[in-house]
Amino acid sequence: MITKLTHVCVYVLDQESAYDFYVNKLGFKVHTDAPMGPGNRWLTVTPPEQPELEITLFLITEGGVFDAETVKTMKALVRRGSFGPAVMTCNDVLATYEEMKSKGVEFKKPPTREFYGFEALFVDDSGNWFSLSQLNP
Amino acid sequence: MYLYRRIVQAKLFIDQHYSEPLDVSAIADEAYFSKFHFIRLFKSAYGRTPHHYLIKVRIDHAQQLLSKDIPVAEVSMMVGFESSTSFAALFKKQTGMSPSVYQRRQRIKRMMIHSNPLTAVPNCFAEAGGWKNRNFQ
Repeated sequence: MITKLTHVCVYVLDQESAYDFYVNKLGFKVHTDAPMGPGNRWLTVTPPEQPELEITLFLITEGGVFDAETVKTMKALVRRGSFGPAVMTCNDVLATYEEMKSKGVEFKKPPTREFYGFEALFVDDSGNWFSLSQLNP
Repeated sequence: MYLYRRIVQAKLFIDQHYSEPLDVSAIADEAYFSKFHFIRLFKSAYGRTPHHYLIKVRIDHAQQLLSKDIPVAEVSMMVGFESSTSFAALFKKQTGMSPSVYQRRQRIKRMMIHSNPLTAVPNCFAEAGGWKNRNFQ
């Protein structure tokens, strides 16, 4: 049986900028930062309270599974906000919203009450959007 | 919302001044709260008392510094602990290992990545990135 989720992939346009966003603005920790040749690296970060889940900030670049046309399409899709890869949770969405805004994070939606608690939507530096949720106790 | 801004300010104050001698009363004063009201609100927003949050931030920063091969005693002082014994105990409580073991493991990980970066990458991602058959030497 499957036991755990260990890696998830977020496609990014620029790894240096993604590093700054996820580490300095979201407060994630760097798990691994390994050079993979010119202009590319294996960069994974973990949520502050979930050190066992690596989020790989995967550069959309030519090589491997991406040819030039796919890179162009993927970049356009990410940039335009077509992908919403995950839901992140916090203890207090209003405090977290205030803090993230003070650090310059862009929100598509401020916190609103939902059936299960509260939800806000924010965008990373590439264009991926995430739900920031506070679940009912 | 004003209340949240003050709590966020207190949290950011800890984030910025963690290496200095800080006490909860001073942080509460900074945020214009009475000490006990402040502790209650902070814990509700961040899931930890301000004191425990301060310890977490210090240990998080200590992990980064230990990864840079800075001696344990020096790291202890750099992140604001007065005693390296209490630093070691709190570090172990948060991470499950002593600072020196953590440092040794990080050193081994760095050496492995240096000799072959692919040791840090799941095979599926190595193929997706086009790194599988690359010579990194």
